[in-house]
Amino acid sequence: MAANETPTVTAPVTSTAAPSARARAMEFIVKRHYLRPWEALPWVLVIAAYFIFPDRMTFGTQVLIGIMFALSLDLVLGYAGIVTLGHALFFGIGAYTVALLTARWNWGEPISSMLVAIVLSAAAGFASGWFLLRYRNLTLLMLTLAAAILVQEAGNYRSDITGGYDGVPGMEIWKLFGVFENDLYGRTYYVYVGVLLFVVWFVLRRIVYSPFGAALTGIRENVRRMHAIGSPVHLRLVTAYTIAAGIAGMAGALFAQSTAYTTLGVFDFDNSAKVMVMLILGGTGRLYGAFIGATVYLVLEDNLSKMSPTFWQFGIGLLLVLTVLFARRGLLGVIEDALKLFGRRSKS
Amino acid sequence: MSASAIVSILFDGLAYAMVLFIISVGLSITMGLMGFVNLAHGAFAMAGGYLVVSLTKSLGVPFLPALIIAAVVVGAASIPFERLLYSRLYKATELDQVLLTIGLAFMAIASYTYFYGPAPLTVPLPSFLTGQIDIGVRTVPAYRAFTIVVGAVLIALLWYGFERTNIGAKIRAAVDNRRMAQSVGINVDRLFTLTFALGSGLAAFGGGLAIQTFGLTPSFAVLYLVFFLIIVSVGGLGSLKGTLVASVLLGVFDIGGKYLYSDAGGFFIYVLTVLVLLIKPAGLYGRE
Repeated sequence: MAANETPTVTAPVTSTAAPSARARAMEFIVKRHYLRPWEALPWVLVIAAYFIFPDRMTFGTQVLIGIMFALSLDLVLGYAGIVTLGHALFFGIGAYTVALLTARWNWGEPISSMLVAIVLSAAAGFASGWFLLRYRNLTLLMLTLAAAILVQEAGNYRSDITGGYDGVPGMEIWKLFGVFENDLYGRTYYVYVGVLLFVVWFVLRRIVYSPFGAALTGIRENVRRMHAIGSPVHLRLVTAYTIAAGIAGMAGALFAQSTAYTTLGVFDFDNSAKVMVMLILGGTGRLYGAFIGATVYLVLEDNLSKMSPTFWQFGIGLLLVLTVLFARRGLLGVIEDALKLFGRRSKS
Repeated sequence: MSASAIVSILFDGLAYAMVLFIISVGLSITMGLMGFVNLAHGAFAMAGGYLVVSLTKSLGVPFLPALIIAAVVVGAASIPFERLLYSRLYKATELDQVLLTIGLAFMAIASYTYFYGPAPLTVPLPSFLTGQIDIGVRTVPAYRAFTIVVGAVLIALLWYGFERTNIGAKIRAAVDNRRMAQSVGINVDRLFTLTFALGSGLAAFGGGLAIQTFGLTPSFAVLYLVFFLIIVSVGGLGSLKGTLVASVLLGVFDIGGKYLYSDAGGFFIYVLTVLVLLIKPAGLYGRE
C-alpha cells in the first residue's frame, strides 16, 4: 500500500518540521476552547457603553437584543450550516408569548414570562425543525420562509387576540424582581439584558466547543461523511435548531418587554433578512461576528436612517454585495486579515 | 356558494395567475439551469413596471408598446448584471447567492424610491382596457380578460420555443443534465445569459402588466417575491408546466381564500405550499 509507505519514506525529510507542526496541531486542539484575553473586549465595551452613553441605554438594549438574536442564528447558520429565511418566526413567538401573557392574562412578571417564551419558541423550533430539517437547499429556504409567514398569517386571522399589525395594546410589564423599575433611559433593562446576553454567550461558547459543536461543524462541512461515520445528523440538526429557536425566542421576549410593544411585523421576512445581514456583516461561525455585526448594523441604521432611510437601504444593499464578493468572512475576517498582514510586516 | 361566485373566483384567479406566471417563469428556468437563488428577480419586474409608467406618462407611448419596450430594455439591461455579478457566484453556496441578490434588491428599492418616490403609481390604460366587456355568458372586467389573453399567448409562445425550437431543446437538455449538455458541445454559460435576459424581460413585462392589479411601489421588489419563489419551488425548478400549474393553483386559491374567508387572507396558500413541499420536496414537476 502506497499510502502506508509514505510516512516512513517522508519521515526523514520532514522530521525537522513534522513534530513542530504536529505539536502545534495538538496544542490547537487542546487549547481551542481556552478563553483568550481579547475575548473580554466585547464585555469591556458593553460595560463601558453603560457609563459613556448613559442616556442612550434604550438603544443600547436594542443592540444587545440584536446581538443575542444574531448569536442564535450563528449556531444554526454559522455552525450547523442550516440556511434559514425564517428565523424571525422564533423571535416573534417569544415576543408574542410575553405580549399575550401580559395583555391577555395580566401576567407581566418579566422573568417567568421570558422563561415561558423560551420554552414555547424552543418547542416550535423542535416541532418545525423535526419536519423541515430533512430538506436541503431551496426547499429548506422556502419551507422556513413559509413557516414564518404561515404563523404571521394565522396571527393576522385571529387579530382579535394578537392585535394584528397595530400591535398588542396595553402591555404592562412588572418591575424586575418586583424591585427595579425600568427608568426613562432604559438603564435597568440594559443591565438585565446584558447579564442574560453574557449567560447566552457562555452557554453557546460551551456548546460550539463541545463534541456536539464539532459534529455540527462536521455536518456543515461534509454531511455525507458525517452520515458515513454514523453521526445522527438529523438529531444533531434538530437539537441545534431547537436551542437556537429558544435563544431567538428569548431575544424576542426581551424585545417585547423592553419596548412594551409588539406587532405582527416581527414575523416579517425583513426581520429574518435583517438578522442574517447582521451576522454576515460580522462574520459567521465565530460567535463574535454576531457582536460586531449587530452593533455596526444597528448603529449605522440608527444614524443613517435618521438622515435618509433611502440612503441607508442603498448603503446596506451595497455593503451586502461587497461583503459577498470581497469579504466573505465578514468584518471579523477583514480585521483578521489586516492583523495577519501587519504581523507579517513586523516580523520581516 | 353560488355558481356566479365560483365563476368570478376562477376568472379573477386565472387573471391573477397569468401575471404570476409571466413574472415567475423566468425565475424558474434560470433557477433550474444554474440552481441560482435569485432574490432580485422581483427587482427586474419592478424596474419593468416603472419603465412602463415613465414611457406612458412622460413620453406618451401607448400602453401595449410600452410593455414590449420595457421587456426588451430590462432584458438587455440584465445581461451586464448576470455577466459581472451573478456569474461569479454560480459555484458558491445558496447563502452567498441569497445575500448578493438581497443586496441588489435593497439597492434597487432604494434607487427607485429616490427617483420615483415611495407613493404607489398608476398607469394610464387605453380605453378598450377599462370598464367591462361582454364575453357572452356575463360581463367581466376588460383588463382581467386582457391579462388572461396575453398570458395565454405568452404560454403558447413559450411552449413553442421550449418544445419545438433548437434553443429550447438545448435549454431543456441543460436543465436536465448540465454536465452532459456541456459535454455534447452546448455552451451552457451563453445559454444561461440568454435565458436570464429572457426571464428578466418577461418579469419586466409582467411587472408592467401587474401595475393595475398589484399596484406599483418600490417595495414591489420584495413584497411579491415570496409569491414568485413559492410558485417556482411548488412547480418544480425549470419546469414550464410546473410553473403554470403552480401559478394557477396559487392564484385561484389566494383569490378564492380572500373572497370566501377574507380574514384568513393568504393563510391558505402557505398551508398549501408547506404541504406540497413536505410531500414533494422538489415541487410538483421537479426532478428529485
